[in-house]
Amino acid sequence: MHDVNASRSANAFVPLTASAVLVNAVGLHARPSVKLTQCAKGFTAKIEFALAPDGPWTDAKSPVKVMRVKAPQGATLHFRVAGPDGKAALAAVLALVHDGFGEA
Amino acid sequence: MAEILLIGRAASPGLAIGPVTILTAAVARRTASDDPAQEAAALRAAIEGARAEIAEQIKTIQGEVADILEFQVAMLEDDALAVAAYEVISVGITADHAWRLALDEEIAGYRAAEDEYFRARAADIIDIRDRVLAHLIGVDTVARIASGSIVAADDITPSTFLAADWSHGGAIALAGGSPSSHVAMLARARGAPMVVGLGPLSWNGQLPALALVDGDAGSVIFDPEPETRRLFEHRMAAANAALAEAEATSLAPAYTADGRRIVVLLNIAAPEELAGLDPAICDGIGLVRTEFLFEGSHGLPDEDTQYAVYRRILDWAQGRPVTIRTLDAGGDKPIKGLTIDSESNPFLGLRGIRLSLARPEVFRVQLRALSRAAVHGALKVMLPMIAVPTEFDRAAVMLDAEFAALRAEGIACARPPLGIMVEVPAAALRAEDFGAAFYSIGSNDLTQYTMAAARDIGAVADLNDAGNPAVLALIARTVEAARQRGVEVSLCGDAAGDTRLTTALLATGLSALSVAPVMVARLKAAIAKADSRVGS
Repeated sequence: MHDVNASRSANAFVPLTASAVLVNAVGLHARPSVKLTQCAKGFTAKIEFALAPDGPWTDAKSPVKVMRVKAPQGATLHFRVAGPDGKAALAAVLALVHDGFGEA
Repeated sequence: MAEILLIGRAASPGLAIGPVTILTAAVARRTASDDPAQEAAALRAAIEGARAEIAEQIKTIQGEVADILEFQVAMLEDDALAVAAYEVISVGITADHAWRLALDEEIAGYRAAEDEYFRARAADIIDIRDRVLAHLIGVDTVARIASGSIVAADDITPSTFLAADWSHGGAIALAGGSPSSHVAMLARARGAPMVVGLGPLSWNGQLPALALVDGDAGSVIFDPEPETRRLFEHRMAAANAALAEAEATSLAPAYTADGRRIVVLLNIAAPEELAGLDPAICDGIGLVRTEFLFEGSHGLPDEDTQYAVYRRILDWAQGRPVTIRTLDAGGDKPIKGLTIDSESNPFLGLRGIRLSLARPEVFRVQLRALSRAAVHGALKVMLPMIAVPTEFDRAAVMLDAEFAALRAEGIACARPPLGIMVEVPAAALRAEDFGAAFYSIGSNDLTQYTMAAARDIGAVADLNDAGNPAVLALIARTVEAARQRGVEVSLCGDAAGDTRLTTALLATGLSALSVAPVMVARLKAAIAKADSRVGS
C-alpha cells in the first residue's frame, strides 16, 4: 500500500496545500472515500488531508483512515501534498471534491 | 446427537429440508497455533480470501449493492484495517480473537458517530469482520452457499441472499431478523421458506448437518431424528402435491367459496420477472415498480429507454390492464443523484410523488414515456405517497401538458388514467377528496405509517401488522370511497399475498389483490376456500 521509496523521496519536496468544501450530500462517506483513495493512489506523492488547516493529518490513500475522519457535508478539507507529481495530485483531489465525487 | 427444535416467527412460507450452511462464524472454534507468525499468516490469508470472495461477487451484481461491496473490498485491501490486530497477535493473542478485538473497536467508532449515515456503516464493518472470521475458521460463506441448503445465521443481508441460487430449494433460519425485512420480502418473492427470531444458535461443539425448516409454522429442527424427518418429508410431499394442484388451477380466474369473482394481479419490480410466465395466470399487472430503471450506474434513464421497457410489459399483458407506478424513490430506496441522503427520517421525507414534484425535469421524462407507451395497451399510471389532493392535481396537470406536447409534435400517445397509491393514512381517511381514476392500497407503507412501526426493525415487528383492525379500517374506508365514486380499488402490498389475511381483506369489500408471481397459485387456493360473507 505505502511505497516506502515514494514517501522517502516525498520528503525532498515542499508540501503544497489547498482546501475545498465537501458539497456532496452526506459528506465523505463510503463511496466518496473509496473514490478519493483510488484517486490518491494514482500518484506517488504523499497526500494527506485534515479538517483543520493545522491537522491532524490523515493519509488520503487509506480508506480505513479516511472513513475514521467521518467528515460531514459542509466540512472544509485541507490538503497537504508532497511529491514529484504533487501538483497534479493536488489538482486531481481538489477536482474530485469540487465535483461532489460525481454524485451530483 | 439429539435433534434441536427451535421456534421462531414465520417470515416466508413453505417447507424445506437440506444440508446446513452456517454463515456466522461466532459459533465455531478454530485450533489456534502458539506461533504468532503463523497466526499473522492465517489472518493475512483470511483477509485475502474474504477480499477475493467479495471481488468475485461484484462481477455478478450492479448498482447500489455493488457499490457497498466495492467499499468492503477497499477496506479489506487497506493494511490500516488490521494493524491493531497484527500488533496484539505479536504479543500472543490468537488471530481470530485479535481480528475481533480490532474490528469491534472499529465498529464501536462508527456506532459512536453523530451522523446517522456513518453509524449505519457499522453494519458493513460487521459484515467485513464476519467474512474474515468465516475464512479464518473455515466455515462456508456466501459464495459457497450450495443451492438447496439451509442457511443458518444471526441475520443475513440482501446482498448475501441475492448472491445465492434459490431456484433449487433451500431456506433461511435466522437467530434474529424480522418478517418485515427486505430479505424476508426477497425470500417470499423467490419462494424460499424463511424463519426468523429463533434466538441464539448454539451447537455444543458440533455443527448441525441437516435441518428442516417450516416457514408456515415458524419452526426449525436441526439434525432431526429419522422419524421426525420421515414425517416432515411426508408433509412436504403433501404440500408439494397441493401446490402443484393449485398451480394447475392457477390459470383459471379466482372465485371465493361463495362465488365472488376476485381479480388477481401481479406485482413486478422488473420486466425479467415476466419471462416464461403465462399471462393467463393473472387478470393484469397491479403494480410495476419503476425504481429498477433508475438504479443502474448509467444515470437516469432517458425517455426512449423507459418507453421500450413499459411497452415490453404492455405487450406481455396482451390487453390486460397494467398499472405502472411512477418513480417511488426515497425512504428505503435511495437513488444516486436524485434522493437526499442526509434526511434524519427518510420515510417521512422527500420520497415518492414529493420527490417527483420537486424534480419535475425527471418526472416529465417518465410521464412522456408513459403517455407514449399508453397506445400499446391498457395502461394505468399510479402516483406513490400521495397525501393531499393538490399533489394529485399538480401531477395530473403535468401529465396533461406532456400528453398535449407529444400530440402537438405528432408523436403517437394516449393520456392514461391517473390514480393514486393509498399508503399515507391521510389519503386513506379522505380518499373521496382525490380526483383519482383508481385507488391502489399500498399496505406496507399504510401499515407502517398507521402503526408507527418500521418494517425492518425486529423489535417492533409485532406492531407492523397489516391485519391490525386500525389498518383494516383504513382499507375498508378506501374501498367505500371507491364504491361511492365508482372507481376501481385494489391492494398491492405484502398483505395481499399473506393468505392468513385473505378472508379479512375480502371482508373489507376488496375484490382485487395484487401479488408477486410466485404467490398467485397460493393466493388463488386461499381465495377458493374463503367465504367473503364471513365477517362482512
